Order: sequence, then structure tokens, then C-alpha cells
Amino acid sequence: MTPELGQFALVLAALVALAQSIVPLVGAARGDVRWMALGSSAASLQFALIALAFASLAYAHVVSDFTVVNVVENSFAAMPLLYKITGVWGNHEGSMLLWVFILSFYGMLIGVFGNNLPRGLKARVLAVQGMIGLGFLAFILGTSDPFERLANPPVDGQGLNPLLQDPGLAFHPPFLYLGYVGFSVAFAFAVAALIEGKVDPAWARWVRPWTLAAWSALTLGVAMGSWWAYYTLGWGGWWGWDPVENASLMPWLAGTALLHSAIVVEKRDALKSWTILLAILTFSLSLIGTFLVRSGLTTSVHSFALDPARGIFVLGLLIAATGGALMLYAIRAPALKLGGLFQPISREGGLVLNNLLLTTMCATVFIGTLYPILLNAIAGKTVSVGPPFFNSTFLPLAVPLVAALGVGPMLSWKRADLGGALARLKFAGLAAAVIALTTWYFAHGGPILAVPALAGAAWLVGSAVVEIAERIRLGHVPIAHSFARAAALPRAAWGTMLAHAGLGIAIAGMTGTSLWTEQRIQAMRPGDSVELAGYQVRLDSVGPVKGPNYDADRATFTVTQGGKPVAVLTPERRVVHPQDQSVTNIGIRTNFFADIYAVIGEPDPGQPGAYVTRLYHHPLVPWIWIGAVIMVGGGLVSLSDRRLRIGAPARRAVPVPGAASAE
Amino acid sequence: MRRLLFVLPILLFVGLATYFAIPLVDGTDNSVIPSPLIDQPVPTFDLPPLPGREHGLSSADLKGQVQIVNIFASWCIPCRAEEPVLMGLSKTAHVPIRGIDQKDKPEDALKYLAELGDPYTSIGMDSDRHVSIDWGAYGAPETFIVDAEGRIRFKQAAPLTPADVKDTILPLLAKLGTK
Amino acid sequence: MRGWVLALLAALMLSRPAFAVDPDEMLKDPAQEKRAEAIGKQLRCPVCKTESIEESDADFTRDLRKVVRERVAAGDTDQQVLDYMHARYGDFILLKPPFEPSTWILWLAPPLLLMAGGALAWVVIRRRPAAAEPPALTEAERAAIEALK
Repeated sequence: MTPELGQFALVLAALVALAQSIVPLVGAARGDVRWMALGSSAASLQFALIALAFASLAYAHVVSDFTVVNVVENSFAAMPLLYKITGVWGNHEGSMLLWVFILSFYGMLIGVFGNNLPRGLKARVLAVQGMIGLGFLAFILGTSDPFERLANPPVDGQGLNPLLQDPGLAFHPPFLYLGYVGFSVAFAFAVAALIEGKVDPAWARWVRPWTLAAWSALTLGVAMGSWWAYYTLGWGGWWGWDPVENASLMPWLAGTALLHSAIVVEKRDALKSWTILLAILTFSLSLIGTFLVRSGLTTSVHSFALDPARGIFVLGLLIAATGGALMLYAIRAPALKLGGLFQPISREGGLVLNNLLLTTMCATVFIGTLYPILLNAIAGKTVSVGPPFFNSTFLPLAVPLVAALGVGPMLSWKRADLGGALARLKFAGLAAAVIALTTWYFAHGGPILAVPALAGAAWLVGSAVVEIAERIRLGHVPIAHSFARAAALPRAAWGTMLAHAGLGIAIAGMTGTSLWTEQRIQAMRPGDSVELAGYQVRLDSVGPVKGPNYDADRATFTVTQGGKPVAVLTPERRVVHPQDQSVTNIGIRTNFFADIYAVIGEPDPGQPGAYVTRLYHHPLVPWIWIGAVIMVGGGLVSLSDRRLRIGAPARRAVPVPGAASAE
Repeated sequence: MRRLLFVLPILLFVGLATYFAIPLVDGTDNSVIPSPLIDQPVPTFDLPPLPGREHGLSSADLKGQVQIVNIFASWCIPCRAEEPVLMGLSKTAHVPIRGIDQKDKPEDALKYLAELGDPYTSIGMDSDRHVSIDWGAYGAPETFIVDAEGRIRFKQAAPLTPADVKDTILPLLAKLGTK
Repeated sequence: MRGWVLALLAALMLSRPAFAVDPDEMLKDPAQEKRAEAIGKQLRCPVCKTESIEESDADFTRDLRKVVRERVAAGDTDQQVLDYMHARYGDFILLKPPFEPSTWILWLAPPLLLMAGGALAWVVIRRRPAAAEPPALTEAERAAIEALK
């Protein structure tokens, strides 16, 4: 019964989306208040209907309703409840439903919370959201219906891919989608602005919270994906330049650039047409990502089942959305008035450099990911583009970005004194030099690249702290005054500090684990001990265990240092039913500075009683995710800035650029 | 000039979308790796025979006439499906079908051939896959056509179907045979 | 220029540990084993999605790893081992695409885009007149200000 309800709700939602696409748009053109207001009601209704559909699919999974094809293909009666729920979006149809759920969620939020927006703009934004929703609902209903039924239900389901039976599935896709679907709001704002023919600082002020929210969610989503890969795949890898990973990185890079260029629009009324283009491109990259993952054009550990018909439909959506928006851009953007002037050496100049580097990095990932497909289509040649390519091209671009990141916030608007800024950063420079020397001293004989990389990380953290110290005039005024200033600082300033420092910490983590990881691979018998990075790791025992839907060999390792026990690790090698697929469950011990990572492999065929064991020591690896979480924290702190909620100067006759900033 | 810049994004996008559309509409399978060994001489090798047989397979055997070389194994499930097609081919095509048995146990191989039939003129045991790797194989079954000069002229990295035999194999054998 | 050298160093030194290699496959000499691992990281697993042969636990890749190790032990240079595999599997198996006419666009795009983007940004920013000083006050305006004081 409930699947029918869900199906019906989806069809209704599509109809509502249709209304939401047309009525407010016409209303805005005609100035009809009631028609414009329909946008908000439609958005809320659409959200409610899709939520209902989502709930009914989740219910079908939870009760193991095997008359629903989606449940049969992805669930199993004996599967733990958590995975029955998260399995709802662990497949193509369910994840598309999650996609439109989140899209409609954002639409609803704009309708409910967007009261500071001028009526016309709000109506147009909701209309564009409606169009996107309509496109994807049509895609779902047409090619990927999760509510397909079976006349003769089987006794049990085929089970969820064992690799997905993990808490990671509970968080990674939802946050990822909150991120890249969230950029649809910036896209909608950009298209609405092009239709209106006007981009002003107020527009940038309104777009900012939505972009920040999407960016924060995407940062968290990508970081969780990386962490999940780390503790699942078995060798401590956290990024493979896999096409689907790249598909989430590209909107992140473009979204970061967008966040920064929107600041220039807001503060200086400049870079308008560039920011509009970026807003269009960021969401388009999300769409291209969706296309790549589901079309079968790229082979990836992540790809959903291949189906060219679906690929063609998504390509159609992409052409309609991106093509439409870019066409509108070509026609309307030239009319946007040029804004504030600035010298190359200035805060604006720094932000332009930021955008230039981020966009080039994004383009590099884009070309690298798509090159094999495009070369094959154009010239019939086959070529592989893997980590060696990305490491050689992407990383060198990060170097100037890290350097500039420290200096940028210290530059003043319009015209800045670079020498002065650098002089004020001397403590950060000193920190970087100290770290460089320390690294060089201790890592003697190790990879030389560690030195500049860690120095860069220290520079980022140092400069972020210096910027705040400058603002509160630490050392120049009594400490009480500094505290008062700190309390009065706009939250966005703290957000910036956290985001930049977090990036530095993450870079330190990436460097540590990439360059100083130690591995020990050997056959061990119970009682054998191995030395690893100053620790002793002893295999105590290996025995069989049984789980709700798996059988496993569980090993117990005791880790000691200088005789003192440090940790007990219990990795497992599981065979999951019903697919009888083998997965490794890794034993990790972290002290937030380094991880000890133990994998129990197969019994050694050559030595009875011995097992293949792989032990790793990953220095600084937790900092990758700690740094990412700090960045997300920075985003959220910025989001909580009162100025964003007080709202834009909508009621004033003429918005005054630059006056709103106290910086 | 400035206007041109604004038009650039949509132009690039149109190009991109076109090249996305082509493989989708064509239905190209990009899991197939094209072989660099086409028109190259066969790799030099010398493989031992199955137990109880006199002759294995070596590169010297692959000169003098057009031949088919098929990589198979008893553990390979699609090979089982391909067997009847090979049996049929051995009767209709009048060319020797040589086998390379990849990473197989001799007893298992003998059982496999006894059960499904033996279309092979001779078989070489490739126990460590080195010869398969020399042929650029990445699994089983894989089928090659070698011409009279000992050059590889065709490779299919998927099981042969009757349609493949009719549309590709037999015509190519005819073409090479008349040279 | 230095950036390019650093990048090459990065490519060589950003090594992630191998997953799938078994103890009995590993070469006895740790330096040779490390080399073999580094070479293996550059070879794409033909039967997996996007992993290198060091990360795949497929049976076929085990034999590919063995061949790499045999060649290293036999004295081949890194490039010779890569060429050996390239001769058999073509461009597909190299995770680092070769630099040849069909991949010029791929390799040259990042630096060219950076330069083109930079040039574009420079031209667009510079084309605007430099931040103009507000026009000087007229006498009447100056007098008005004095009167206000």
C-alpha cells in the first residue's frame, strides 16, 4: 500500500514542480503578487510530497517489502536496521530520490526563510528551482522509478553491497548531496539575476548564506567520503583521483572560488559577470558529476549500474539547464554594468588570483577526468589518466594558492601595500621557517617535498592567526581591549580564520601520510611480533566470529611501546551473505597524531597456521579530517553571522556598496 | 571582442555535450582495451603440453598457415559457454585452433576437455600467465587470429558467440586465407 | 621551471602503500621491492575500475605484479619495465599518460589555462581606468565646508 502512496506523491510533486516553474516566472514578469507568491507555497508543497515519497520508500525497506524491486535489489531480511535505512540511498533510484528530496528541501527553505528577498527575485529563483526539480522528477518517473513492483515477490532480497554496509553510508551521500544539490540555489540566483538584468551587492549578500551552507556540506561530504575510503579499502588510501571522487571535487573547487568572488561583488560591486558565470558553472559541475556517475561513460569503483538510456536523459537535463543558463549568460551578461575599480595589488586582486588558481585547478581535474572519454569519442584512441597525472599538474597549482592565501586577507580593498602586508605577516613566515627547518632536521633522508608542504601548512595556520591578531590589535592595545575587539569581531572573520587554518591542518595531514607512512607486510603466526615505527605489534590470535549477516575471521593484535601496552586492535576479514562477498574490517588505533592500522588477510597457503598481515603507521593522517571539520566549522560560523540574517538592504532605494562592511 | 568572451562558455559547452553524446548514442564499451599487438609478430614462447600429450604449443607452430589461438581455462565460466562455439568452429572453419591454457591445474584441464570436447589442435600450459601477458591478455577467454606469416591480425577479449563467428571470424579467415 | 621539478618529485614520492601484494610475492631486497611497488603504482589494473596493480587483489593482477618484480630483479630500469607493459597493453596500462601529440592538450592545458586566465584577468582589470581620485573640490565647495566647521 505505501509504495503506491509514494508513487502517487512523486507524480503530484512533478505536477507541482511544473506549476512552480511557470507561474512565479510569469508572475514576476507581469508584477502579479499572487502569482509570485505561489512560488513559496509550491516549493513547500513539493517538499512535503517528496518527503512523503522518500518516507514510503524508507518504510518499504525497513519492513523488507519484497514486492518493491528496489528493496529486493538492495536489501536483505537479516540485514541490520541501520543498513536497511541507509540502503535506501545506496543505489541509483534511491539516491536520485534523495537528490530531489534535498533539492526540494532547499526550495522550501528559500520559500520560508527568503523573506528578505525582493518578491520578483524570490519568485524567479523558486521558478528555476522548480524547473530543475521538474527535470529530475521526470527523470526518476521516466527511467529510475524506485517504486517499481513485482507481481511475485521473492522470499528474500539480494542484499546491499557489503562495502556499503557501513555507517559511512549514513552520512557521506546525504552531506555530499546537501552540498552539490545546494549549489542549485546559487545557480537559481544567477539565472534569476540574468533574467532581471541586475547584479548588485545586495544580490551577493543574499546568495552568500546559501552558497556557504552548500559549501560547508560539500566539504563535510567529501571529507567523509575520504575518511570512509581510508578505513574501508585496506591500505590507508584516502584519495584516488577516481572519476567519481573528482566529480565531487570539481564543484567544491568552483564553489570555493564562488564564495570568494561573491565577496568582491558584495563589498566592491565588481566581478559581477564572472561571479554569475561561476555560480552557473558550479552547479553545472554538479550536474556533470551526476551525469558521469550514472551514464556508464566512466568506469569507477563508485559507478552505479550502467544504462545508456539514463545517461542520455541526464545529458538532456544537463543541456537544458547548463546550456540554457549559458545561453542566457551570453545574451544578458554583457549588459551588466562594470563595477568598482581596483589595482592589481589589492584585496580584490588577491581574490582574483584565488579565483584564477582555483578555476585552473578545477579545469585541470575536469580535463584529466574527461580526457579518456573525449579522446575516445573524437579520435578513437584509448588512454588512461590516473594519479600520476593529477599529482603532477594539480599540486603545483596549490603551491601559489597556499602562498597567496596567507597574504590575501591582509590586503586592503582597492589599493594595497604588499610590502606592508608581508611585514605584518612576519610571525607567520617565522612559523613556516621554523617548521621547515624542524622538518628538514627530523625527516633527514626522507622525501624533500615534506619541507615546503609542511612549511606551507604552517604558513596557512600562522597567517590566519596573525590576521585575527591584527584585527584585535593584539600587543598594540591592552589585552582587555583586544578581548573586547575579539568579541565584537564579525563572525565571518572567525569563519575565515577557521577555514584557512583548517586547510593548513588538512594539508599537513595529507603531507604526513603521503610521505612518511610505514608499512609491514608479512605472514604472522599467533605469537609473532613485528616492529612498526617504534611500536611492537604482536598477533595474539585469529578466530572465527559470526555476525548478523556475515562470518568472519577476527584477529587480535596487541600494540606496545617500550613494553607498555598502547592498544588492542581487532581487524576482521568478513564473508557477507547472501552475496558471499569478502570484505575487510580494519583495526585502527588513533591518537589524533598518527594511526596504527592493522589488516588481517588470508591464511598463508605456504605456512599453515600463519596469516598474511598488513600493518601500517600513518603519521598525521587524522589531521586531514580534523582540518576538514575545522573548515566546515568555519563555514558554519560564518553562516551564523547576524549580518546575513538581518538581510540585505532591500528596503533602501539604492543599495550602497561597501558601506555595509565594517572591515 | 568583449561579447565574444561571453559567448565562449556556451560554445565550449555545446562542444562538450556533443562529445558526451557520441559514445552514449554509439554504445561504445570502454572496458575493452585496444591491443597494440595487432599486425605484430606473435610473441616468442614455448609452452609445455598437458600430461599424457606429446606436443605443447610454441610460437614456431604459429607460422605457415592462418590459425586461431584461444586462451581458456577450466576455472573460467564464460569459457565453458564458449566451448560449443569453438567446437563448431573447429568443424566448419578448417583452420587449426590452438589453445593456451591459462593458470590451470592439469587434472582440471583434462576433465574440462573430456566434459566439453576438445576443439584444439594442440594446447600449451601457461601456468604462470606470463605467455598470456605477452599476448596482452587480461583475462579469459580471449581469441586471436594469426596469419600465415605469424602476425596477429585480430583479437577479441570476449567469449565468441555464433554471431561473432558468422560476422567476423569466418569472413576474416577467408580474407587471410586467400592471400 | 622549479615548479615542474617539484611536481615530478611529487609524482615520484607521493606513494601510498600497496594493499594487495602478498608477502610471498615481495622481492627479498627492500630497495628493489620499493622500486617494484613504485612502478606498479603507475600501471593500471586492466580488470578493475581505476586501481593500480598494487591496489587490486584480483588474481590476474597478482601475476602482473610478479612480472614487474621479475623484470626489476632481472635488472631492468623503471622505464624498461613500463615499456615492457606498454608494448603489451598499449597506452591504457599507463596511469601517467604519455606526452605525445594526442595528449598534448591534456598536459599543456593546465599551464596554458593558467597563463591565459592570468592574461585575461590582467587585461580586464587594467583596461578600467586606474582608481580615479575624486575631482578636486571647487572654491565654493571648500567655502561650504569651512562654513560647516
